[in-house]
Parts: sequence; structure tokens; C-alpha cells
Amino acid sequence: MTGEIVWRIAGGSGDGIDSTSQNFAKALMRSGLHVFTHRHYPSRIRGGHTYVEVRADDEPVRARGDGFNFLLALGDSFARNTEENAYYGNEQAKPLAENLDDLRDGGVIVYDEGLLDPSDIENFEARAEEHDWHVYPMDLRGLARDQGREVMRNTAGVGATCALLDYPLEPITELMRDRMSGDVLEANIRILDLAAEQVEEFDWTHDLRMPEGSHDEDQVLVSGSNGIAYGAIDEGCRFVAGYPMTPWTEVFTLLSQYLPDMGGIAEQVEDEIAAAALALGASHAGVKSLSGSSGGGFALMSEPLGLAEITETPLVLVEATRAGPSTGMPTKTEQGDLEHVLYTSQGDSCRVVFAPGNQQEAYEQTRLAFELAYDFHLPAIVVYDQKLSGELRNVDAEVFDREPAPDLGTTLTEEELAEAAHYATGTFERYQHDPRGAPDGVSPRSIPGQADGRYLASGNEHHPTGHISEDPDNRVAQMDRRLRKLEAIRERLDERESNQVRHGAADATVGVLTYGSNQGTVHEAVDRLVADGHDVASLSVSDLAPFPEREVREFLDSVERCLVVEMNASGQFRGLVQRELGACGDILHSLLKYNGEPFEPREVVEGVEGLDGGDPATAGTRYVPAGSD
Amino acid sequence: MSFTPLNQRDESEREPTDRDAFTPGIEPQATWCPGCGDFGVLKALKGAMGDLGYTPEEVLLVTGIGCSGKLSSYFESYGFHSIHGRALPVARAAKLANSGMEVVAAGGDGDGYGIGGNHFIHTARENHDVTYIVFNNEIFGLTKGQTSPTSPMGHESKTQPHGSAKAPIRPLSLSLVGGASYVARTAAVNPNQAQEILTEAIQHDGFAHVDFLTQCPTWNKDAKQYVPYVDVQQSDDYDFDYHDRREAAGMMHDVEDALHEGTVLTGRFYHDPDRPSYQEEKRAHGDVPESSLAEKYHDEDAEWERSYDLLDAHR
Repeated sequence: MTGEIVWRIAGGSGDGIDSTSQNFAKALMRSGLHVFTHRHYPSRIRGGHTYVEVRADDEPVRARGDGFNFLLALGDSFARNTEENAYYGNEQAKPLAENLDDLRDGGVIVYDEGLLDPSDIENFEARAEEHDWHVYPMDLRGLARDQGREVMRNTAGVGATCALLDYPLEPITELMRDRMSGDVLEANIRILDLAAEQVEEFDWTHDLRMPEGSHDEDQVLVSGSNGIAYGAIDEGCRFVAGYPMTPWTEVFTLLSQYLPDMGGIAEQVEDEIAAAALALGASHAGVKSLSGSSGGGFALMSEPLGLAEITETPLVLVEATRAGPSTGMPTKTEQGDLEHVLYTSQGDSCRVVFAPGNQQEAYEQTRLAFELAYDFHLPAIVVYDQKLSGELRNVDAEVFDREPAPDLGTTLTEEELAEAAHYATGTFERYQHDPRGAPDGVSPRSIPGQADGRYLASGNEHHPTGHISEDPDNRVAQMDRRLRKLEAIRERLDERESNQVRHGAADATVGVLTYGSNQGTVHEAVDRLVADGHDVASLSVSDLAPFPEREVREFLDSVERCLVVEMNASGQFRGLVQRELGACGDILHSLLKYNGEPFEPREVVEGVEGLDGGDPATAGTRYVPAGSD
Repeated sequence: MSFTPLNQRDESEREPTDRDAFTPGIEPQATWCPGCGDFGVLKALKGAMGDLGYTPEEVLLVTGIGCSGKLSSYFESYGFHSIHGRALPVARAAKLANSGMEVVAAGGDGDGYGIGGNHFIHTARENHDVTYIVFNNEIFGLTKGQTSPTSPMGHESKTQPHGSAKAPIRPLSLSLVGGASYVARTAAVNPNQAQEILTEAIQHDGFAHVDFLTQCPTWNKDAKQYVPYVDVQQSDDYDFDYHDRREAAGMMHDVEDALHEGTVLTGRFYHDPDRPSYQEEKRAHGDVPESSLAEKYHDEDAEWERSYDLLDAHR
């Protein structure tokens, strides 16, 4: 992290912070850098403290950084009460005031003096001096207003950023030409150029410069939500049903925009019970389908989820976790829904759950979820979070250069159905106790409309034809067969390239165990620790159900102590590991974070270093030593 | 070809089929009580499907939970015995996805007007091409006789020992306001009319809601057996145009009141043959494919888009 730039653009919600940052990130990617973004925004439409960080380096970046080193503080056009003791504080000053704590020593501040006044901030000058911050006040709003419109002050800020970092304007103007035209384009280019020129008038005191890099491969800038939507498309998903809820809305929006143009169907419906029931109905009727939500909406899907398990209807659900319980913090990240996703709905769970660790895994594991759901006739869930949902990262385009797989899985043709087992009523035996003698427990299904395929799908326990049965022997046979599918899935997963990623020293004595979206942050932390001489290795788990017992056990057996890193308050993943593997002894320590912000790499570094004594938790994290739960 | 496109035939070309085809070869012993109105629904549905020339494999019957939910156990076709209140979202998605199927949903009054009320209103609003039969016995039967959304005010039960203080829901009016394009009420005790109305409902292109009065001889002994009944289209006492929304609304209000005053009025109460079904509206917006989406998965020549071709926006 020698030459990296972590640029934070801060302002108010609704001021175009997100789109400006996306374009800046894309420009950096196009000019050969690796980029990674981190978003922070409030649950409101207009106004409120918002920022996006763009981390850029000439080497791959896998996570948000430790703080940041360049602040572009724009105004909040929709700031509410400006009194200091107002309930939400002085919102007008926040784009500057709220962003100082994490600014690194030696960092740069460009602020819009048309909208922000440092005298509103206690000890601003003293702090700037103490931390060696290089402050460049500019009237960005005035410049934008004179040359175009006030909202173009973001462009002015980008122009100033580029100039101060000695980064060329061409990649920015090139992107503008892609997106704008006419007077708007001309005004923006004028403002960009003028801001860059104005910067020349300052007496530069900072050392930061944008690194230079190059890509050998074609790069694309994608989020976890892009990965999930693209995985679904490539697996032949052509039906989506949903109800808006942050952050699930991103996947829902993407699929709603793509599918109708691909001959598919997108349905926005009355509630999440309906959404999951629609996806289930469409899947039963022969179309590969997806629904999803975030915590509260997913709770409503418990019923259809259980129905999919007992009727053995293939169904892919995605759960974009945000901070709970209940409405919690709608725009903040957390991994608090792990147990919810694993166990919700009555009866014994029979489902697949993946937690992808990054954008590429989001794509691949969504595809895998479809494959398993349709081959094995059960619900498969991709659980991710607000963090992975919106983080943008450059990925090799060829990751997506794969063949589509629209196959419907384990179904029979009409010719096969004519030969298949039927009950005396003429009903197809959809739920055979011992299908084809197949050890995987999968009894093939027919699709409504097929000759000789009619059967009853029932949420009641059922006979091989689907008819209601409360016979004890039948019950045990059906339940055992359904659960046997999970063992067969575990075997299939074990035969292919693992979804669990081991990273770090070969003969580590200290382990870091995590799951889902923390992967990149943990990898960066482990690399730093190894570079500092620690013998540390991490295992990032994606298979949550069926659980990769052997791989996790081997990893834990190979280390003396292990720090379990997760974003929730009660250590749900640590609990899952203990449930699956047995007690584990006194080796599992927890590093938890549940303040709504994702881990920074240094927090994991400090967590591991702290295992040797004392409380390793930093301000935003909590440490739970082994044996305390 | 592993999948035969169904229901592509012009309805006028269909010949009546044997209604016995919808009776399982070895008929399961129906678990309804002797004298239950649910038998009337089963018989009328078999008759309607036979008259219309359907075969069991062309029909998907989606049911909810309760005595009514067992309809799919005694009717031989593709069936989906779903969960309480959720038959409609399952049914309408199946119709969207596999449009060659004739899709019928069925459930009780608690199922459709209580727990599934939200789905009922929205399915009516969207005018899905689905027939919805609500077994209305004004009681929760399978759970042994609790007051339901259609029970009259003052109805006494174990859960309403002092009598219900709630006015009953108005299912016909609710359906009309929701947006259903065919609304009728029939009764198990009127088998000929019941079959005619179900036939019309199935033929109707749009959301067809049939409030089917099904007497519960076990738990609603006090209630009318829905005799004598009046077919408003056959009676000179009722003169309204059921194609006129305002007249229909007024009539429905009267019919709902009359039921609790002892007069059983049945018949067609609203029919709008011109309102396009949701499928047609969506197709006009370019939002559903011309042919059944489910067929695409069996077409070896089908082209499947891939994400790699969408990446320009990310470069």
C-alpha cells in the first residue's frame, strides 16, 4: 500500500456522489489501475452524510483500505437543521466534519468553500497541522454555477483531484463523451479544465500522486450485484419476482431491466410472500426462476421456502443482508442473517446456502446455486450483504466468457415419462422412495403440460404420487430421501474446485476463519501479517450448507489458535462451526464488527496481533476470547 | 420433442372430453364430511373441464389449505396443493411461465379473503388469466368451526364466545373494486348453474372470481344450506346489467346484505369481456414472450443470451 490513493468523495445523498465516484473509478480502471469502491450512505432520498471511497493502486486491490488519503468534500444541497445540537447534528458541515477522523496523516483535503466553512469545525486548523493535512479550499460551486449549473460542482471537484494527483484529464473527458452530449458535455468539460487550471495557482505542499499501471487483460468494473444478476442470466434464469428492499433492490433492478429484453419475465408484486411464491410457481411450471430480498422481506419468504423444500421445487433465492434486527440500519452492512437464512421456516431445513467472497464468486456461486437447485430439486440461497452488493471492483472480462447453461436439471422427457412408474390412478410417481435406486435421493420431475406426467405437488407430507400421506413409514422414507440429497450435494462440491479459499503461510500456527464478503479484507490483512513475520493463514468459507466439514476441520487442526472474523454481534458463524464440527476446544476466538461498517484490513491485523495478549479489539470491533461462549 | 405445446387449439375446435378423465382411476376416498358442499365444486369443475374439451394434462389446479385445499387431491390433473393463502401467487406465476396450461386456483374463504387477502386484491387488480374458486362456507371448517372473514356479525364460535363484532367481508364488491373482470356467485346446491358459471369463468380471458357457497354441515349447522336460492339472471325480480360496473356494484352490495338476511342470490354479477388480461397487457408492453416461456427450455434451437455480451457498460 505504498503508492495507493484512497479518494473519498463526500457530500449529501442525492448530489450525485455515487455516479461521480463510479465514473472516476472507471476512468482509473481504463487507464490501467486496479480499483475498489466502498459506499456509505443514509436511508433517505435527499440529503444526509454520504461518501464513496475509490481505492486505486497499480497492484490488485481486494478491499476498502485503512482510512483514506484524499478527501474531496462537497456540500450537502439538502442539509437539514444546521444547529450543532440538532438531532442529526449540523448536516451542512458534515461533508468536511464527518470525514476527518479516518483521514491519514499527510492526506489532501479539497473542500468547496462555496458551501463549507472550516470555522464550523472545532480545531480544524490545529488538526490539519498535527496530521500534516494539505488543505486546498476551492469555490467549486461558484465555478460550476458560472460555467454551467451548480450540480456540476462534482465535475469541478474531479478536475481538481486529477490535477493535484498529476493524473491526466483525458480518461475523464472520454467517459463524459460516452455519457453526455451538447451543452451539458461542453459545460462539464469546461468546468473540469478550469478546476484543473485553478489548482495550479496553489502552492502545492503534498506528496501524493496517482500511481501508474497497466492491464494485460480486458477489464470490467462490476459489483457483487452485477455478479449475481449475470450468474442468473448465464444459468438460463428468465423469471424474477420481487418487492423493493435495500440492498436486494440492486439485483432485482438489474434482472428486471435485462430479462424482458431476453424473452423473460420480471414481476414486481405485492409483498415478499408473493414474490417467493411466484418464483416457486414459475419454477414448478418449467422456467428457471429467482426471487430474493433483504432480512425483513426474506422473513416473509419463510413459508414459500419451506414449501419449496417439501415439494422439492427448484428455487434460487438471494438474501442481501443489512444491519438488523427488524428495520435495523437499512443502508448499512452486517452478516447478522446467517442463522435466519440457514434455519428459517418450520421443520428440518433442506437447502443449499452459499456466501460468495467477492464479485467473481458472486457470479460463480449464483450459477452453482441454480445448478444444484435444478439438479437436486431444492431451494438454493445466495446470502451476501450490503457491502458486497455495492462494492465495485475491476475483474477480468473473461471471467464472464462462459457458455450459458439453461438446462432444467433432473426432468424427464415425455418418452421417459411414458415408461416411468405410475400409480394405479395413472398418476406419475414424482416422489419415489428409492428413485431408480439412485443414492442421491433425487426423484425426477415432470413439467406441467407433459403427457403422462401429472402429479400433485403438496406442502403436506406425501405419497410417491404427491397425495397426502401421514403413514409413518412413508414419512421416514420421504424425509430421509430429501435429506440424502444434501449428502450427495456435499459429495459433488467436494469433487470440484473448492469454494473455500485458503490464503497465507503454508505452515501457519495462527488461523483466521471467515465467511462471505470479508474475504478480500482478510486476505490483505494476512498478507501484511505474513510480511511482518507472522505465520498466519486464513480460510474463507462460502459453503454454509451443506457445510464443508472436512475442509474446515483440516484447517482448524493445522493451527493452534484461530480468530473467527464476522460482521455480527453474537458470533453466528463461530456458532455454526461449533455446531458442525463439535466443540473445537479452546481455539476459536471471535473478532466481531456490527457498527454498520465493514472491517478495515488493519482491524483484522490488530485482531491477530492481539491474540498474544490483551484485548485486541479496536474502536469499531469487539473481541470475544475462546471459551467464552 | 419432450414437451408438447398445449392449449394452442382454438377453443371452438375443441370437442367435449370425458369428464371421468378428471376422476382418478382409483378414486381416493374424499375426506370431506357427508353432505359437504365441497363435493359440489368437484363435480362442477369436472363437468366444466369436460365440456370445454380439456384433458387432465392441460390443467394445473393450485389449491390453498383447508378442506377446500384438498380439491386437488380428488381432481385428476397437474396439481399444486400449496400453503394457506398463497395459491394465487403460485397460480399466476405458473400461468405466466407456462401459458399453455389452463390454470385454476381454489381455496376457502379464510384462505382467500383473510390470510390471502392481499394476493386476492392484487391478482384481481392485475387481471391475471386465472380462474379462482373460493369455497365460501362462512366458517373455518378444518380447524373445527372458528369464525371466518365471511361469518355474519354476531356469529358465535369458540373463538368468538360473545359473538363476532365484525361485519363480514364483502367478497364480490372487493373483487370488483380490486379489478376482477368476471365475478359470480354460485352454490353447491345448484349444480347446473355451478357448472355453467365455472365453464364461463374458465373460458374468460382474465381474472374470473367465483364465490362458491359450500354448506358446512358439521361446523356451520346454524347457517343456511343455501336453499332456496335465486338465480338473478333467471328471476324477474332483479333487473341489472352485469356488464355495467355501477349497476354491478349496487347489485353486489344488495346480494351480500341479502345473504345474511336469509336470501341466497346467485348468478353472474360482473363481466367485462373487453378488459385485456394481464398477460395480454404485458405482451403489449413487450414484457412477455409471444409463446409459452416454458417451451423455450425444450427447444434445442433456442438462443440464450449471455452476460459476456452485456459487459460494454462496465468497460
